[in-house]
Amino acid sequence: MRQDSLTRNIDWITILLYALFIMLGWLNIFAVVYNPDPEVKQNIFDLSLNSGKQLLWIGSAGILILMIFAIDFKFYSAFAYVLYGFVVLMVIATIFIGLEVNGSHSWIGIGDFRVQPAEFAKLFTALALSRYLGDVNTKFEKRKTKLIVAGILFLPCLFILLQNETGGVLVFSAFTLVLFREGLSPWVLIIGVAAVALFIFTLIFDKYNLSIGLLLLSALVIIIRVVTVRKVVFKPIMLNSLLIIGVAIICIGIVFSVNFLINNVLQEHQRNRIMVLVNPEIDKRGQGYQVNQSKVAIGSGGFFGQGFLQGTQTKFDFVPEQSTDFIFCTIGEEHGWIGSTFLIALYILFMVRIVNLAERQKDSFARIYGYCVASIIFFHFMVNIGMTIGVFPIIGIPLPFFSYGGSSLWSFTILLFIFLKLDAHRNQMLAH
Amino acid sequence: MGKERKLVVQLIFILVGLIYIVRLFFLQVVEDKYKEEAEKNATRKIIEYPFRGLIYDRNQKMLVINMIVIDLMVVMKEMRVPDTLRFCQAFNISKEEFIQIIKKVKQEKGYNKNRPVPIIKQLSIEDYGKGLDVLADCQGFYRQERTIRSYPHQSLANGLGYIGEISKTQLEKSTEGYYEQGDLVGISGLEASYEKYIRGKKGVRYIMKDVHGVVKGSYHNGEQDILSEPGENLYTTIDLELQKFGEEMMKNKIGSIVAIEPSTGEILAFISAPTYDPNALTGRYFSKNYDSLNRNPMKPLFNRPLMAMYPPGSIFKLAQALVGQQMGVLRPTTIYPCNKAAVGVNCHPHPSPNDLKGSIQWSCNPYYFTVFKTMIHKNRNTNKYRESELNFDDWRKHMFTFGFGQKLKVDMPNMKGGFLPTNSYYDKIYGDLAWKHSTIRSLDIGQGELLIVPIQMANLAATVANKGFYYTPHFVKCIGEGKNARILKEYTGKHYTSIDSSFFQIVIEGMFMVVEHGTAYFDKIKGIEICGKTGTAQNPHGDDHSVFISFAPKSNPKIAIAVYVENGGFGAVTAAPIANLMIEKYLTDTSTAMTRWMRTNVTEKDLILKNKKLYQ
Repeated sequence: MRQDSLTRNIDWITILLYALFIMLGWLNIFAVVYNPDPEVKQNIFDLSLNSGKQLLWIGSAGILILMIFAIDFKFYSAFAYVLYGFVVLMVIATIFIGLEVNGSHSWIGIGDFRVQPAEFAKLFTALALSRYLGDVNTKFEKRKTKLIVAGILFLPCLFILLQNETGGVLVFSAFTLVLFREGLSPWVLIIGVAAVALFIFTLIFDKYNLSIGLLLLSALVIIIRVVTVRKVVFKPIMLNSLLIIGVAIICIGIVFSVNFLINNVLQEHQRNRIMVLVNPEIDKRGQGYQVNQSKVAIGSGGFFGQGFLQGTQTKFDFVPEQSTDFIFCTIGEEHGWIGSTFLIALYILFMVRIVNLAERQKDSFARIYGYCVASIIFFHFMVNIGMTIGVFPIIGIPLPFFSYGGSSLWSFTILLFIFLKLDAHRNQMLAH
Repeated sequence: MGKERKLVVQLIFILVGLIYIVRLFFLQVVEDKYKEEAEKNATRKIIEYPFRGLIYDRNQKMLVINMIVIDLMVVMKEMRVPDTLRFCQAFNISKEEFIQIIKKVKQEKGYNKNRPVPIIKQLSIEDYGKGLDVLADCQGFYRQERTIRSYPHQSLANGLGYIGEISKTQLEKSTEGYYEQGDLVGISGLEASYEKYIRGKKGVRYIMKDVHGVVKGSYHNGEQDILSEPGENLYTTIDLELQKFGEEMMKNKIGSIVAIEPSTGEILAFISAPTYDPNALTGRYFSKNYDSLNRNPMKPLFNRPLMAMYPPGSIFKLAQALVGQQMGVLRPTTIYPCNKAAVGVNCHPHPSPNDLKGSIQWSCNPYYFTVFKTMIHKNRNTNKYRESELNFDDWRKHMFTFGFGQKLKVDMPNMKGGFLPTNSYYDKIYGDLAWKHSTIRSLDIGQGELLIVPIQMANLAATVANKGFYYTPHFVKCIGEGKNARILKEYTGKHYTSIDSSFFQIVIEGMFMVVEHGTAYFDKIKGIEICGKTGTAQNPHGDDHSVFISFAPKSNPKIAIAVYVENGGFGAVTAAPIANLMIEKYLTDTSTAMTRWMRTNVTEKDLILKNKKLYQ
């Protein structure tokens, strides 16, 4: 009876999309390792290939899904803090016992089996955040609430940062969208985006010219305000103008501190990644290599693409980290603009769907968690595809459900299916 | 608030997605440079070299074929040689050479340890076979086949020429954009002059490579590949048997034989002595052999029939007799005595006085002294110098129509024109109106400033045989086969001399008498009516050069020939027997006891040994 209601209430559309991502991802991982030499007979199931290994990960993800559905839905809110505490401890442990991979100590291994605790940190942080904000006693407007929310978010960030895994930290900014839905001022979003834009402008333009531009802009805004205001009263206009000029001066301050930030705070590889983003031509053989090769691979796809298994750039190792972080290149090269657009549309549909599901929850824990799921997937989607086409700096985060690798597939599967489990029980939640 | 913010969040998702889709549209559809760059990254163009056209003689016998050789290639990264010494022995190199080769390969531009590079080039199949056992124990070695030229008969070396890597200057000069550095190109002989036809068309193959340069199969299943087209075959006019026959007789001599079919201008034999085995200039030992041939004091690479400029000697009297008649100062009945003392000219003992026919039969020097004098001082009612100038100019114009003093448009490169002096040449030496017959008198018997190359001499014989015209001598009967077979137009046109054809008969009669009962009496061959003319060209360095031109049979001639043997003495002694034996060989392909004796005699003559000090 209970099983029946689960299959009836579960959102099959989302599951269908999930299955589609997993399958397309798997085929593309095979395309990366595919050798066109007719003498080499390759089998997509071959366990020595990434595609074969990915199939194992997919199979184990299936088991995880069954387990998630088997566990009582109340477990996830009840144990949210415990799980959160556990994962924070794991992250801390990793700093000391972690294996070094590509300069970051973010992996722990038991035999051949390796996992990245940071991948799971965002998942349990999402649970803890939802549990806290979803509590009927929590009032988002209170300062204390905001401080606790900040604490929940920053604690794992701090330790992940100590692992030297910047990408994992940046993912936490995705929660801004969740907080926005729960009442955070839109200015936080606007100022955040503006700050990033200002940062990039600083890299592109001369800082003195940029400062003059900012001052001129603020003057223009003041003039427009004075002209358009209906009733000229001196005092508010004065205050308003002072505020605008103040903002401009802060911006100029940021402009002048960016260089300091870049040269003295960021590490060299991070600095290079940002510089390459602004000017991909500067170092095609060095730091710009990966971005350039990635763009070449995607660009060579044209409108219709080279065809499945026909791509040369992705197959022949021209793009480093092809099957993990740069899997999108394979889509771009082999399936062209049509294929890329199809995949992006699929992701949009998927994320919009999750938000819709979140909004139909009667229980705020489930709703907030739903937003967490959508936001985390969105951040990965935006940054991962963005870096392959050269609009984001290279941050090593995978494309959800698509990239090769067990940790990422597992964590995204758990992330999504806890929500689907909660969604399947949305009517029981009401009783709760 | 919730509903609005939900929409805002969803809008952000959609907006970012749309921005990416637009960005991708520019990246993938609008921008072209990425496609090019991707192709540059992952493909490599491999030139497929075509088979060069084969070369046949006039009876479809192979003169030049292609032979497969093997380049031993190695991928440095994979190279394992368990026993270097054994390896070196198997491929006949020293250990130092081997180390040297490896070092050189690694320093080459574009060297990549993942890519096969040739380490021993152009191994014959036999040599490669010898190394196979050793290679079985080694790793990282591959074979690459390619073709080189091969000459089954070792004949006609200078005529066929050789191929080699295109030089920088040639590469810069070539405007058609066909060649690339490292391409093989015909450098001399027919290989050079028919390069355009026999080279074929290069093909292109695109292969895929990965980021390390390792080959990963053909690109787009070879759709963009262009197959190479083999070159066209050449059917030459050379008679291989006659050629070999002549080469045999010219052993240990320096000189030339050119035999032409008068009715077509086809070159039947083209012998430059000393010659070399053309196989020496192919394959692995090209540079070594080339150096040694190039340093050889006998200059075997010098294409004498086309390039060696000699004083023609008495064979020039034929031209003098013809021009004299044309200029109206000489008639068949004109008689001059062999008055050596009076004219200050040497001559050998012979019956005297002679008419025109007799003058040729006995090659009388004083006769031609007088003939030339009457030509140059033909009365013009002006002073001697002025009339010398005018008459010499006429004389030269006539001579020029025989093909002297100019490069005939032979289908072989590097022909020399010889030298037929001009008015201005003498003006420069002696001053304007300061020279007359006595100044230039050496020309009368083909000495002095006059220089002629052997092919022009053969052409003179052919012109007389044709009674007044010649076809430009050429080597190729036809290019290609079947429907594509074609003959080059420039060799089908007659070139007329300015001499009336009626003046030739008496000269031919004289030439007939030369062999029948004259200077070449000893070289007569029973049963063949040969018309010839001996020449003995003075030479300040040693013995006289022996010259003979002839054609046969007397009526309807089939072969005209010129033989020039350096330091061979009297024309009748060396050149004439060679020429007449060639004629016998070509016309009858038989021999008599007499001609076999003649042949042994002339073949065994070692002029190089005799004149050793000339070549030191």
